[in-house]
Amino acid sequence: MERTAKIVGSPVMKKDAMALVTGKPVYTDDIAPRDCLVVKVLRSPHAHALVEEIRTEGAKKVPGIVTVLTWKDVPGNRFTMAGQSYPEPSPYDRLILDRRVRFVGDAVAIVAGETEEAVDRALRMIKVSYQVLEPVLDFRTAKDNPILVHPEEDWKSLCPVGADNKRNLCASGCEKDGNVEAVLKTCDYVVERTYHTKANQQAMMETFRAFTTMDPYGRLVVTASTQVPFHVRRIIAHALDIPKAKVRVIKPRIGGGFGAKQTVVAEVYPAIVTWLTGRPAKIIYSRYESQIASSPRHEMEVKVRLGADKDGMIKAIDLYTLSNTGAYGEHGPTTVGLSGHKSIPLYGNAEAFRFTYDVVYTNRMSAGAYRGYGATQGLFAVESAVNELADMLHMDPVKLREKNMVREGNVMPAYYGEVANSCALDRCMARAKELFGWDEKFPAKDMGNGKVRGVGVAMSMQGSAIAGLDVGSATLKLNDDGFYSLLIGAADMGTGCDTTLAQVAADCLCCDLDNIVVHGVDTDVSPYDSGSYASSTAYLTGGAVVKTCDSMIEKIMEKGAEYLNSSVDEVEFDGKRVYRLDGSAEISLRDIGNRAMCSNGYALEVTESNTSPSSPPPFMVGMAEVEVDMETGAVELLDYAAVVDCGTPLNPNLTRIQTEGGLAQGIGMALYEDITYSPKGQLYENSLMQYKIPSRQDVCPIRVEFESSYEKTGPFGAKSIGEVVINTPSPAIASAVAHASGVYIRELPITAEKVYRGMNGKG
Amino acid sequence: MEINLILNGKKIKAQIRPDELLLDFVRAQGCWSVKRGCETANCGLCTVWLDGKPVLSCSTLAARADGRTVTTLEGVAAEAEAFGSYLAEEGAEQCGFCSPGLIMNVLAMERELSNPSEEEIKEYLAGNLCRCTGYMGQLRAIRNYLNRKGGETNGENR
Repeated sequence: MERTAKIVGSPVMKKDAMALVTGKPVYTDDIAPRDCLVVKVLRSPHAHALVEEIRTEGAKKVPGIVTVLTWKDVPGNRFTMAGQSYPEPSPYDRLILDRRVRFVGDAVAIVAGETEEAVDRALRMIKVSYQVLEPVLDFRTAKDNPILVHPEEDWKSLCPVGADNKRNLCASGCEKDGNVEAVLKTCDYVVERTYHTKANQQAMMETFRAFTTMDPYGRLVVTASTQVPFHVRRIIAHALDIPKAKVRVIKPRIGGGFGAKQTVVAEVYPAIVTWLTGRPAKIIYSRYESQIASSPRHEMEVKVRLGADKDGMIKAIDLYTLSNTGAYGEHGPTTVGLSGHKSIPLYGNAEAFRFTYDVVYTNRMSAGAYRGYGATQGLFAVESAVNELADMLHMDPVKLREKNMVREGNVMPAYYGEVANSCALDRCMARAKELFGWDEKFPAKDMGNGKVRGVGVAMSMQGSAIAGLDVGSATLKLNDDGFYSLLIGAADMGTGCDTTLAQVAADCLCCDLDNIVVHGVDTDVSPYDSGSYASSTAYLTGGAVVKTCDSMIEKIMEKGAEYLNSSVDEVEFDGKRVYRLDGSAEISLRDIGNRAMCSNGYALEVTESNTSPSSPPPFMVGMAEVEVDMETGAVELLDYAAVVDCGTPLNPNLTRIQTEGGLAQGIGMALYEDITYSPKGQLYENSLMQYKIPSRQDVCPIRVEFESSYEKTGPFGAKSIGEVVINTPSPAIASAVAHASGVYIRELPITAEKVYRGMNGKG
Repeated sequence: MEINLILNGKKIKAQIRPDELLLDFVRAQGCWSVKRGCETANCGLCTVWLDGKPVLSCSTLAARADGRTVTTLEGVAAEAEAFGSYLAEEGAEQCGFCSPGLIMNVLAMERELSNPSEEEIKEYLAGNLCRCTGYMGQLRAIRNYLNRKGGETNGENR
């Protein structure tokens, strides 16, 4: 049977779209049993302290209170909340409740009761005496600081990531190719700059939440708004010190994740309540909690040394990244890697590179996974440095990139030596130039009214799943009347993978999209999938769907041949029927499905898993035009054009929306979203009032086009789209501001105050 | 305390706590479309109509609804589906969590403004945050919806 893209590549509506837009009760809190106990967490007011005494008698006496748990009531084995494949690179540094609290907002006690009012009252009745300790708040002084965030002896790192809790190190390391110092010495120009990005919040509209119940078999059922159902199962088992067989995880519809829900932020609290009391329980994080005690982007300071000859050939890149993992190490050892692995390889001619990093513990909120996962931070630094190099050389930054960019067929030494087998970055640049009108606009234009317009450019790459590690799987069943059930373990979090994977299946099986029923995710039912992160679903689980369909077709042909009293090599399947090649007989898929329901010993059911030795990068180019008020430093974004190579777009509507949405988030990071702390370590931006995410009035026209390469190892040529799209706004906008105002902003966000100070020599 | 109101066309008598928020009240009445996205009246997810005008139910006391008419997405299901299908055609619902609040405000805008320009649309809906879509797809859907209704808009016709 020929495999042609018919439904793949069509802008079909998401299968769940109408349920979502008609407000059906499909999210976690909508479907929680009405008799759930309300669970809330008492949080530390101190950045670093020991709980000396905690008195809960008063709280327990509040009518309606069912349980109050403290550090004395929880298992003593450390675990990580990072949703990663086992053994996790993130250290085992957490307890559900610890005697040592490590940031303002860290969990001190868990209260469960019949009503929210009772729980709120009980929270106020818990009396805690703290021994307040001096915190480590500045990540620049954390390494080898005498104050330790994790002095405990049972702290554990499962993987060789250069971690050492006695040095406040969550990870450290160095990678190189060639002699970077020697090459830098030969360079005509060396740009040496330091860039700083903040711990931005994903701020998905649905905050963290989960509910838990006991099933008739005495098992704990966790229904959670998560991107990683199978990791939740393992992590809950670790945290509660119970067998994994005792845990089942269900994912309903999710109101956005962006990586936040790749960490098991909230699930353990209702889970331990239900496990201990047998009662259904739920936790719904407030926005305040989501802002102060969750899993934001790792704050990073990236030092770049970039060497080039006088013609603008980039010959050496030296990167040092200091990453702040905060109080716990979730995703600390892995995010930092991407700051180098997804930035340095964009420059294909470099003769040498070195990438050194330290990831440090501090007494701030624990960081986690956020779309871009370190690449965003690294690309802000490297792309900004390349833009500064271009300005130093008086060269158009587009021309500089055209001379240096990675091209199809290039080996990428800083990307595990992978070859860029599918890369349309050069076409993305050419098309972006045209779409944006770069040549007419570069570098700046004085509007004559106190305002100057400037333009900037940046490139980006990401991966498609974690090479040699991630697993995507699909199960396919043929049912009566010939419809298929597609079971997936990847989590649709609004991205639409339930639909795009069904599109892949429909084209593989030559059937209508409506003939594929999708189910995801229930760890008791779905085949194992690492989860929806690392830009893996389209590429990796999509590949699993292709394999599964191929195996299903073989099964259908075998069964059809049996019913036609033929051998398998005498028949063919065209999606609707199995027929004899000589045309003498046929049986419809419908009849096969129905007949197989009786007197059948051959299951028309297939599961296949997929993993990939490589992680083909998607690429993109973004161009920004800003207008800077030369009196106040205010920056207005006027235009953003982006051209993306994600391989084959499986669903052009969804790839477009992902791109527009990722750019808007990137614009928020570039211009608005700041994170600041009080001297005592309290986060100021603790609501959407203070933490300004872009509104529709803040987002300029975003224009998106696609220049597709074809990735042979991906389903129908697809790579990934989810993360690559967030990386270009910060460096492109920073450079546009520099071209307009002469001020290079190297610490995000780019505020009017910083630009004003820069213009007036007060930087 | 007791309140009497009309919720989605139905007369209701209910006991409420004096500090109960309209958001929690309508959800307890089974109006699950109404969502909480913040506690600070910033995100627009909890938008309902009070006597036909959009309000944020997270910062409106349920007691304020006494003697009045409250409408949630469930009460304008056919219209919501009509506009919602335009959102879905663009893939612009994405995670969908902000869709009900947005739709309530789009339908209110349709009643209030005739031929809104792009700037007017953005201003009217400025309080409806969305973290998934970057707003462009929503704008395409709104334009298409308003155009399909026969009205000319000042926005780009596509």
